[in-house]
Amino acid sequence: MAKSLLFPEFKIERDSNRCISCQVCVRQCANDVHTYDQEDDTVTSKEEQCVGCQRCVTLCPTNALQVDTKKTGFRPNASWSIQHLRNLYKQSETGGVLLTGMGCDQPYRIYWDHLLLNASQVTNPSIDPLREPIELKTFLGAKEEMLDIDWNHDFPVVKTKLAPQLELNLPIVFSAMSYGSISYNAFRSFVEAAREVGTYCNSGEGGLHPDFYPYGNNIIVQVASGRFGVHRDYLQVASAVEIKIGQGAKPGIGGHLPGEKVSSDVSRTRKIPEGSDAISPAPHHDIYSIEDLQRLIYAIKESIHYEKPVSVKIAAVHNVAPIASGVIRAGADIVAIDGIRGGTGAAPLVIRDNVGIPIELALAQVDERLRQEGIRHRASLVIAGGIRSSADVIKAIALGADAVYIGTSALVALGCHLCQKCYTGKCNWGIATQDPYLTKRLNPNIGKRHLVNLMRAWAFEIKEMLGGMGVNSIQSLRGNKEHLRAVGLTREEMQILGVKPAGEGW
Amino acid sequence: MKKIVIYEEYCIGCRLCEISCLVKHSRSGKIIKAFKEEYPRPVSRVHVEEEGYLSFALQCRHCVDATCIEYCMTGAMHRDEKTGAVVCDEEKCVGCWMCIMSCPFGVIQREKKERRIASKCDLCGNDGEPSCVTNCPNEALSYEES
Repeated sequence: MAKSLLFPEFKIERDSNRCISCQVCVRQCANDVHTYDQEDDTVTSKEEQCVGCQRCVTLCPTNALQVDTKKTGFRPNASWSIQHLRNLYKQSETGGVLLTGMGCDQPYRIYWDHLLLNASQVTNPSIDPLREPIELKTFLGAKEEMLDIDWNHDFPVVKTKLAPQLELNLPIVFSAMSYGSISYNAFRSFVEAAREVGTYCNSGEGGLHPDFYPYGNNIIVQVASGRFGVHRDYLQVASAVEIKIGQGAKPGIGGHLPGEKVSSDVSRTRKIPEGSDAISPAPHHDIYSIEDLQRLIYAIKESIHYEKPVSVKIAAVHNVAPIASGVIRAGADIVAIDGIRGGTGAAPLVIRDNVGIPIELALAQVDERLRQEGIRHRASLVIAGGIRSSADVIKAIALGADAVYIGTSALVALGCHLCQKCYTGKCNWGIATQDPYLTKRLNPNIGKRHLVNLMRAWAFEIKEMLGGMGVNSIQSLRGNKEHLRAVGLTREEMQILGVKPAGEGW
Repeated sequence: MKKIVIYEEYCIGCRLCEISCLVKHSRSGKIIKAFKEEYPRPVSRVHVEEEGYLSFALQCRHCVDATCIEYCMTGAMHRDEKTGAVVCDEEKCVGCWMCIMSCPFGVIQREKKERRIASKCDLCGNDGEPSCVTNCPNEALSYEES
């Protein structure tokens, strides 16, 4: 093949004093970067094929390898970045839409990093979470406007029939990643961790493998525009059903699952031919209005006998607040909003990086709008898209979220190194692949342990921060923007977030 | 006794077990030195068997009814009374290779030393968890009471 204009993205440095030619790198690279030369007993590397997943670097027993972004000799140009040039070369050679994986990596402002939390001093006591209980329990679902209570002597008896709820031990849910986009072992790690932690994991739009039906009490199933693997048992086995309208990484278009990842097992679960691309339609073809959405919500509620909440997931777009309001009025018990930094297994690069708005702004606006309309209680808000730490979780709660979805953070706990090549099906970490050589690399026992550890650590940290604020229940922080202050934001941004500048008191 | 249990569904064929075994049984115990400076290079006592995507790391099973012990003419191959592991007494081994011939798993091999002696898994001298188990990145080997 003639030399491509595409220059290597990564530079592979092999320290020959350390390399023992053990060929672990050769065996572990799904992109065939490293080759062993028996004659010379040396390993050489083809940088053109390297995606920077760091698998070889991590497994090299002598730390002989270093994979770095390659410096290019291009004349510096603020307008024509290296990424722009790469994309131009690639498209001129292929004529196709550029695909990518994971969330938007562009340097749009991350508002979490401009929000600071409060703590108690002198006038109100802080709480020590190691000595006093702090409650993280969260219920997702529609709440009653008013409770009708009867008294049985001294005991109150709730007469109102309560709406179905999801009970979470901490306000974190594993976000929608379908079987197909991620491997069986990755999916198993999620469901088992969700069960152990006492939270939920979202099945994504790819149906539910029969092996995971017993975990229904910890699974939210998704009904997306492709309707893959949706049938009665699928809806009834889950704890909640989510209608996916949009996804933060690709608002306005449907899910993509490249045919490379449609293995026989995935094809059976999705009910589509093996090896065929699973491209979900952009809209649901039965939803063209809020009224249509209402019909689908109630069709699903009928099929699950009104026993479980129904969620609607939308992407954070410009008009998100009125849309969320409409969604709630259509009968959704939970509204999930996915911001621009939300991840994906495959999306057009141009859409991922240019469509949608940051979740922080969307969340603040939706919460505010719903309060103004007096319908905030009618649905829980779950937000997604770029939650990187327990601090982001607690800031999201203070901005008005009931819970957060985590996708990328959880994948990183499973070993993901954000190489953004999920769409190729060659994930060297065994996560976003269906290749039996690669899926084995994720041992679900280790995966589950890592996820449980992460949730445990975050729960501790959230309790510490809550205690510092003098709040003993996450419920009391929800939507309490007085606990947040902004640094380095414009007046408009602070107004949209509903947060005062740092330095301003009550 | 504790034995090494194989979980082939998680073996990723990286062969780090082989490397760690070799280092553990090298003279220096240092990975770079063992590979670059020790001649003859020590041999690994665990081997990854592969066919297609199926792979697993196989080492001596320390059989209850060990044919290698039965066939050994000098009594070099014996069972360690304390640990129950099948081990080779290098002083007694004369390199007749009857153990290699008789092993149903093919996990005994010739050590490339000055003398002809048989080399096999010794459970790392019962020095805690064997090296291959400790260094498996995917927990495809585990050291369990059987």
